[in-house]
This record gives sequence, structure tokens and C-alpha cells, in this order.
Amino acid sequence: MSVARSIRAFPTLLRVGAYEALAYRGEMLVWILATTMPLVMLALWSAVARDAPVGRYTEAGFVAYFLATFVVRQLTGAWVFYTMNFEVRTGALSMRLLRPVHPLLAYTAESLASMPLRVAVSVPIAAVSLAIVGTGAVTHDPWIWLAWAVSVAGAWLLSLFVNFIVGCTAFFAESSVKFMDAWLVFYFVLSGYLVPIDLFPPAVRAALEWLPFRYLLGFPVELMTGALSRGDAAALLARQWAWVVVGLGGTSLMWRRGLRRFAAYGG
Amino acid sequence: MIRVRALRKHYQVHERPPGVAGALRSLFHRTYKAVAAVDGIDFDIAASERVGFLGPNGAGKTTTLKVLSGLLHPTSGEVSVDGHEPRRRDDAFLQKIMLVLGQKQQLLWDLPPSDTFELNRAVYGVPRDEYAATLRELTELLELGDLVRKPARTLSLGERMKCELAAALIHRPKVLFLDEPTIGLDVSMQATVRGFVERYNQRYGATILLTSHYMEDVQRLCPRVIVIDKGKLVYDGALEALVARIRPDKRVVLRFTRPVDRADLADLGTVVRHGAGDTVLDVHKDAVNRVVTQALARLPVADLTVENPPLEEVMSELFARGHAEPSP
Repeated sequence: MSVARSIRAFPTLLRVGAYEALAYRGEMLVWILATTMPLVMLALWSAVARDAPVGRYTEAGFVAYFLATFVVRQLTGAWVFYTMNFEVRTGALSMRLLRPVHPLLAYTAESLASMPLRVAVSVPIAAVSLAIVGTGAVTHDPWIWLAWAVSVAGAWLLSLFVNFIVGCTAFFAESSVKFMDAWLVFYFVLSGYLVPIDLFPPAVRAALEWLPFRYLLGFPVELMTGALSRGDAAALLARQWAWVVVGLGGTSLMWRRGLRRFAAYGG
Repeated sequence: MIRVRALRKHYQVHERPPGVAGALRSLFHRTYKAVAAVDGIDFDIAASERVGFLGPNGAGKTTTLKVLSGLLHPTSGEVSVDGHEPRRRDDAFLQKIMLVLGQKQQLLWDLPPSDTFELNRAVYGVPRDEYAATLRELTELLELGDLVRKPARTLSLGERMKCELAAALIHRPKVLFLDEPTIGLDVSMQATVRGFVERYNQRYGATILLTSHYMEDVQRLCPRVIVIDKGKLVYDGALEALVARIRPDKRVVLRFTRPVDRADLADLGTVVRHGAGDTVLDVHKDAVNRVVTQALARLPVADLTVENPPLEEVMSELFARGHAEPSP
């Protein structure tokens, strides 16, 4: 596929993706509001910390952490594997393969196109959160905010590549849904989604620095809440982007191998 | 334009015995069977040709079209479409071809077809003025009117197929693979689609390879047919020659001014249908002149027509014979 052509077509792919997102606006809004697990965890951990801090987290600390988790999750979530799984299984992927734009780029555009709606939901929640917890709950270091922006992009890309890799398993297995379920078990536990990573034992924390889960969510949240120094932020950012490169390589390998097995059922 | 040599496409298909025991057994021990969907076929198609690709269900027609359009990698053999190897799916190749699957859609389900058209304009890099001209022409030829502004999911099957065709042709492909483009459409919509495909071929000199179970499509559009059965080539040549070879009879349809006794027709040919006012006979092609002369001389004939036997019957007979007859 020509890169130049794909770049030229990308704005239209985004625009049409946004039309689709708007066509499903009701469903998407419900879906966004349904991803409230961080708010549930907020209530739970706040109650636990009411009498005494847990690790470095006071009650207000948990509120700040899980509100940041909610916002980061909205900005970095990608669910294209559902579409991929459906299209590979039913043969609907054929129609994408006939177009001279890489199907993964089209999926990327569709995923990105839902972002404005997610931002529209996240910004008011972030604003209300700030009003509740005060501006002291987030970092004031502009360099850390810059690192946060890069880490959110990295987390989104990594999440997208995980979706691609899991979606590609539909080429080899009868469905990729169970693979995603298995991945999500690890993700929920190890990414900082349910439990802040610094509450894990030191050995687990050390292992998580080398695994991808923290870089999908916990790392941007820690940056946002000012839990990391500039030096730590730079080192972890490098590891996150190394995982992004691994994700890109894994996606490329799985896609090429999978496509050779594509049976284009139906029709 | 299209060259196919010794094309094979084999699938590994998982076989599972029925019932709970079969399901449990397949959990631990899976058996696979190699299915030869396409089993060593050769053919060439020249630029601007319209060719019908025929065969019973499961013959390998759609698989062949998917290999030709680059969706499937062949197991072995050589395939070339306008100098491109389809499985590479390079831009120049995708720019020249389109596959329309009657049972699959490329229209974005919840958006109006005009959004799919716009998407295709962008991905195929069609200049805006050329796009506007093509769209005007397609709207007129396919009588799209306001359809392009209604969400695709609200269109009828026929309306959707017209929009599918328009979406497929925004980039004016030189090679068009049509897989059952008229399936499920009513007679008038079938005629519209057929007429459109014919005009597109004449206007742009596009090469067309068409599969259809509606023989009317084939008769109207395809001077040449390629027939495959169980993945093997059974016939490749002119439609007329196929009909003449499989069914050398002609069909003589007689309409009478008064009822005629069946016994009076016995020496003219094989009576296919005998009604109060009309009769259909199968007559060997060499005897048609004699039979027509005799019928006009001794029967109260109001109208007489001589036709080829229905293509459906020809095809049924061809498939029943299996691979007995090699292609010329």
C-alpha cells in the first residue's frame, strides 16, 4: 500500500469514522458511561483509606488516582478487535482488502474517530474531578505534562496493537474473543486499573516495569497525579515506547501470517 | 488480460462428528480434511471480454474470483491480472479491479451510500471533477436518485445492490468480477443491473467475469462461458456451442387456433409440454425445417417459434454428465 495515498485518504477515513461514531452516538455514550469501573474502585479504596492511608494513598489520593484512571482509560481505549474478529470470521474483511488502503490503517482511523466523543465525555469529568480534589492532586510540572501527553499516545498505540494482535488470532482460531478475555484479566489486575501499581509487593512492581500492562494505563495515571520524577518518567517513557515498537512488530507479523490463512468465507 | 494456469486452491477444513461426544472428542483430537475448492484450472480472458463463470454450488467459482481479486492466496499455480500477481494486492492492481459479491456489502451500514462513495473517492484517489462526472453518470444509469442520501440499512435489496455497484465503480475499474450480482433481486431490478453491466462494459471496455445462477444474466451478457464443476474445468467456449453440444435439439413452441390431439404431434418430435392451446416440442436441429413445414401444413398453427432449450436445462445436463466431456 502506498504511504502517500494512505496519508491523503486518512482525513476522509477519519471523517467517515466520525460519522459512524455519531450514528452510534447513543450506544457509544452508554458504553463510555458503562466503563465506570475506576469510579467503583474509587468508592471502594476511598472507604478503605478513610481511617488510615494505604501505602502513600490517602482518601483524597485514591479519588485523584481513580478519576485520572477514568480519564486516561477514555483517552487510550481501543476496541477494534471486536470488529476485526467479526470481519475475519464472516469474511467481511474481504471488502476492506479490496481497497488500496491498508485495512489496519482503516481500523486505526475508525478507532481515532471515536476520540472526540470520548474527550467530550472525559473533559467535564476531569473538570469536576479537579474541582473536587483540587489542583494539588495533579502535577504542576510542564515537562511531566508533556511526558503525560506522549505517554497517552503511547498507551493508545499499545492498546491498538494489542487489539490488532488479538484480532489477528481470529485468522488462526475460530474466535479471538476468548483471547481478549484472557488478556483483560491480566490487564485489569496488572495495569493499575483496579489497584495502583505501587501497592503491589516490590518484586511484582519490579516485574511490572518490564511488562506492557503498566504502560497501557498506570504509567500515564502516575504521571498525571505527579507520582513520578522527571528521571523516572523519562526511563519509563522509553520502556513504554519500546513496547509500542514490539506491538508494531507483533501486529505486522500476525497480520502477514494471518492474511495467508484468510479464507474469505461467505459470498 | 487475465491468465490462469494450473490454479489450485485447497482448504483445510476441520471435521467434527455430530453430538456432544463428537464435540468433546474434537476438543482433544481434531481431524482436518483437505478440500480442493479449485483443482488445476487454466483459462485466458482477453481485455473487454464478458465471460460467464458457471458451475453448481461449491464448484469453486467464488473461490476462483477471490483468488483473481487477491483475497485468497492460491495453493499453487499461476495467476495474472493485467500483468499483476493478485495475491500481492499492490495499489496499481487494486486500482484496476473490483469484486462485487452479491451476498456481501461494502456500503457502510448506518450511513447513506454517498458517504461510502466519498470514502472510495478518497481511498482510490479519484480527482474531484472526475468523481463528480462518474457519480452523475452512475446516478443516471442506475437511477439512484435520492437513494444515495438514505442510510444503507433502510434500502431494499435491489436499491442496495444498485448502490453497491455504484460504490464499486467510482474508480472505474478495468476488470470487474461479479459474483451473483442479481441474487435475490426482482425481475425488473435484474434487468436494470444486467443492462447497466453491459453498458459499463461497452463504454469503458472493462473486462467482466460474472458468476450467476440466473441463466438470463449469462445469456444476456456473456458470449463466452467457462464452466467448472468440483474445482475442475468442464467447458470453456462460446455459449452457443455449449448449448449445441449438450442439447443439439431446438425447442419448437406451437400455439394453435383450436385444440390439437397429442397423437398428431408424436411424429414431429419429443413432446415436452402439451396444453389445450399450445405445445412445446424438442426437435433435433437437423429436423427443424422439416418439422416446421409439416406443422404449418397440417396443424391449425396460430404462432410458431424456434428457440434454444433453456440454459438451465443445458447446465443441469452438463453437470449430470460430470467431467465426461473435455473442454475444446
